[in-house]
Amino acid sequence: MLNYAWLVLIFPLVGVIINAFFGRYLGKRGAGILASAMVGLSFIGAVWMFAELLGLEDRVVTRPLFDWISVGDFNVQVKLLIDPLSSVMAVVVSGVSFLIHIYSIGYMAHDERFVRFFAYLNLFVFAMLTLVLAENLLVTYVGWEGVGLCSYLLIGFWFERKAAADAGKKAFLVNRVGDVGFALGLMLMFVTFGSLSMSQVLEQAMVVRLMPGVATAIALLLFVGAVGKSAQIPLYVWLPDAMEGPTPVSALIHAATMVTAGVYMVARTHTLFALSPTALTWVAAIGGITAFFAATIALTQHDLKRVLAYSTISQLGYMFLGVGVGAYAAGIFHLTTHAFFKALLFLGAGSVMHALAGELDIRKMGGLRNKIPVTFWTFLIAALAIAGFPGLAGFFSKDEILWQTFANGKTLLWALALLTAGLTAFYIFRLVFTVFYGESRVDKKVAAHVHESPKVMTVPMAFLALFSVIAGYIGVPKILGGGNWIEHYLDGSLGWHTPEAAIAETAHASAGTEWALLILSVIVALAGIGLAYVVYVRRTDLPTRVAKSLGGLYTFVYNKYKVDEFYMAVIVKPLRAVGKFFAESVDGPVVDGIAEGIAALVALIGRGLQVLQTGLARNYALGILVGAVLLLAYALVR
Amino acid sequence: MTLSSLHYFILSAILFAIGGIGVLVRRNVFVIFMCVEMMLNAVNLSLIAFARYLNQADGQLLVLFVMAIAAAEVVVGLAILVALHRKRPTTDADEMNVLRG
Repeated sequence: MLNYAWLVLIFPLVGVIINAFFGRYLGKRGAGILASAMVGLSFIGAVWMFAELLGLEDRVVTRPLFDWISVGDFNVQVKLLIDPLSSVMAVVVSGVSFLIHIYSIGYMAHDERFVRFFAYLNLFVFAMLTLVLAENLLVTYVGWEGVGLCSYLLIGFWFERKAAADAGKKAFLVNRVGDVGFALGLMLMFVTFGSLSMSQVLEQAMVVRLMPGVATAIALLLFVGAVGKSAQIPLYVWLPDAMEGPTPVSALIHAATMVTAGVYMVARTHTLFALSPTALTWVAAIGGITAFFAATIALTQHDLKRVLAYSTISQLGYMFLGVGVGAYAAGIFHLTTHAFFKALLFLGAGSVMHALAGELDIRKMGGLRNKIPVTFWTFLIAALAIAGFPGLAGFFSKDEILWQTFANGKTLLWALALLTAGLTAFYIFRLVFTVFYGESRVDKKVAAHVHESPKVMTVPMAFLALFSVIAGYIGVPKILGGGNWIEHYLDGSLGWHTPEAAIAETAHASAGTEWALLILSVIVALAGIGLAYVVYVRRTDLPTRVAKSLGGLYTFVYNKYKVDEFYMAVIVKPLRAVGKFFAESVDGPVVDGIAEGIAALVALIGRGLQVLQTGLARNYALGILVGAVLLLAYALVR
Repeated sequence: MTLSSLHYFILSAILFAIGGIGVLVRRNVFVIFMCVEMMLNAVNLSLIAFARYLNQADGQLLVLFVMAIAAAEVVVGLAILVALHRKRPTTDADEMNVLRG
C-alpha cells in the first residue's frame, strides 16, 4: 500500500470531480453515498498504510509523485512523506471525515445544495490529506490554503444569511493574516536552508550554524500561521463566527481536523522549534493563555455551538501548550483524542438542533434526556472525555500535557492549565445539565415534534463515542501501567528532542509527583462536574445570582471581552480610514490625475496638430515635396 | 552641339518640376492624375539617361518595372476616381476633403 499511498489522496479528489460535474445526475442519495465511499476508501488506505508502517524497521517512508517546480536551484517535488506522525494524522483525518460524511447524509437531507455540500466536503478531505502527507512544505502550504478555501466555502454555505456570508469572509481574512506569516516563514526557511523539503531542512538544521535570531524568526513566523489556522490569541476571532456553517462542517473542519493543522505543522517542523527555546516559550505561553481565556468565555455563552467553539479554541490551546513545552507527542495525542470527542460533541449539538428545529439557545432547551436518548448518552460520553473523567480519552491526553508542562518547570502555565481543566469540566457539564436535564424550556410548538435523529446520524455518533472512550488507551502513562505507546511510536518522527525535553525525560523518574498531579487533575475535573451539577441542577437560581453579583465583569466576559469590538476599533476602522484616505486623497487626485493628465495632454497636442490635416491631398503632397527638397538640400549642403 | 547626359537630366528635372507643380496647383483630378504620370515618366527618363551614362543596364530594367507598375497604378487610380465620381459628381480635388481632421 505504501507504493500506492497516492490513492489515499486521489479518492476524495475523484469524489469532488464526479460530484461537482455529474452529481446532479446521481441524486441526493447517490451523491452522498459516493462522497462517503470515497472518503471511506481513503480511510481504508490510511489504515493500511499505518499497519504496514508498523511492520517496518525504519518508519520514515517517502514516495515521490512528480516534479512540480524546477527552476534553477529551486526544486519542488510533490512527494508523500509517510512516517508515524503523518500516518496517525491521516488515519484520524480520514476516519473522522468518513463518519461525519455519513452523518451529513442525514443532517443535510433537506438541503437543496446537498450535492455541492458533499463536493466541498470531499475537496476539504483532499486538501487536508495533502497538507498532512506532503513532504515539501510548499506542498503543505498548498493543502493549507486548500483547507482554508473549503473552510470559507462551507462557513458561508448558507450564504443567503448575511451572518453566514460575513462569517466566511471574516474567517478568510483573519486566516490570511496568519498565512502571510506562514509564507514569510517559508521564504526565510528557503533562504536559510536552500530547500523546503522536510528531510533536507532537517539535515541542514542539524548541521548549519544559524545566526541566533534566524531560527527564532522562522519558528515564530511559522507559528503565526499556526495561530491563524488553529485559532489562537490573537487570531482566534474567526472560529466562533465560523459556527454559522452547517454543523457537520463545524464538527469536521472547525473542531476535529483543519484547526488542528497548526498543531500538526508545529510538530512537523519541530526541529526548527527545537532550535529556538524563545519560540517554544511563545508557543507554550500563547497556548496556555488561549486555553484559559477561551474557557472563561465558554462559561458564559448561551449558544450551544459557540460554547463548543470556544471549547475548541481552549483545547487547541492545550495542544500548543503541549508542543510548546517540547512534548510534541503529547500534543498530537491530545489532537487525536480531541478529534473524536469534539467531533462527537458537535454532532451531538447537530442532533439536538435537528430535534429542536434548529434551536441553538440552551436557555430554550432542557429535559431532553429521555426524548433523544442516543444523543444524550453519546454527548455525555464526549463531555466526560473532554472533562478529563478518569479512563476516557481526554483524561490521558490532557494529563500528559499537564504533566509535561509541570515537568518542564513551567509551573505557572501548569497552574493555568489545571485551572482551565476545571473550567472545561464545568462549562461542558453546564451544557449537559441545561440541555438534557431539568425542566423543558422548549417552545410548545417545537416540543411536540422532538424526535431522535435517524440511524444514519446516530450510528456515526456511536462510533465516535466508542473512540472517545478507547482512544486514550494508546497513550496510557507508565505510572498507570501503560507503555505510552503513542509517544514511542511518534518518536520515529518527533525523536529530535531539545535539551529541555531531555531534562523532562529524567524528571519522569519522580513517579510520586506524577501520581500527585494525576490525582489533583482528577479532583479538579470532578470538582468542575460537581459544581456544574450543583449550580445547574440543584440550585438553578444560582447562575443568575452569580452573574448579577459579578455585574460588569460578567457582562464583559459575556461580551467575549469585547475583543471583536476592540479589533473593530483598533484595526478594522483605522485601516478602513487609511483606505478611505488613500482612495480619496491619493488615488483620486494623484494616481488618476497622472493618468488623466497624460490623456488630456495627448488630446491637446492632437487638437493642435488637427489644423495640419486638411483632408486635401494637395496639401499633403506639398508637404512631401517640401520635405524631399529639404532633405536634398541637406544632403547637398552637408 | 551634341546632346550630353546632362541635357537629359535637366529635361528630366524640368518635367518632374512641371508635374510636381501641376499636382500641387491644379484642381481637376484628371489633370492631377496626368501630372503624376508626368513625374513618373520624368524619373523614367533620368533612369534611362543614367543607364546610358554609367554603361549599365540596371536603369533600363528599372524603367520596365516602373512602366508596368504605372500601368497598374493607372487602372487602380482611375477605378478610384470613377468610384469617387459616383459618390460626388465633381472632378474638383478640393471638394474631396472628407478626411479632414
